[in-house]
Amino acid sequence: MIQLHYFAGLREQTGVSEEQVDMAGRTVEDLWQWATEKYPDFVSGAARVAVNEEYALPTDVLETGDVVAFIPPVSGG
Amino acid sequence: MKAFEIVTEAINPQIYADFVLRPEAGAVTLFTGHVREWTKGVRTMYLSYEAYVPMAEKKLAQIGEEIEQRWEGTKVAIAHRIGELQISDIAVVIAVSSPHRKTAYEANEYAIERIKEIVPIWKKEIWEDGEEWIGDQKKKPEGELT
Repeated sequence: MIQLHYFAGLREQTGVSEEQVDMAGRTVEDLWQWATEKYPDFVSGAARVAVNEEYALPTDVLETGDVVAFIPPVSGG
Repeated sequence: MKAFEIVTEAINPQIYADFVLRPEAGAVTLFTGHVREWTKGVRTMYLSYEAYVPMAEKKLAQIGEEIEQRWEGTKVAIAHRIGELQISDIAVVIAVSSPHRKTAYEANEYAIERIKEIVPIWKKEIWEDGEEWIGDQKKKPEGELT
């Protein structure tokens, strides 16, 4: 399983902060596709994806136990 | 304290300045970012910050490494506060020491710009008549910058 985290505005759009999906072996782009189908509001988010606390590429392949975070545009400082 | 940390309590900037001070340092720049009441004519009541804490601390440390590679002889400490912050509270502190002042100024500004690009921290502004997550301050859609 893959552990998903949602933050800030994305968490409010999805209504969940965490969930698990069975997408080992699929790519970050596949996950993105899945998320935008499940949560239509995602499209406007312009979010990045982090895998195991590092920004990931769309072609990166997910492995069992990965922790994935959807990172909306950041606004620290 | 840690050199690169996300905190939930009020920030005391002096401990970060003290942390980076060394005998070889001739300059320490200490930047504190504060909660501003008015932004483009809209009054903020307070801010709420959220972070992906473990990744945010890693990214703060990465910024420190970038600075120490780019400007030889620097030492960096950065802290960002999360939770509810009131007007004038310190949201972020950046301390940089270096042998000479020019580097300390430049590196300090570099740190705040990078925080706004890569560190997973989010700010929600709460106004009298609404609230909104703030994003896209730098319009950088891609992941890592080099």
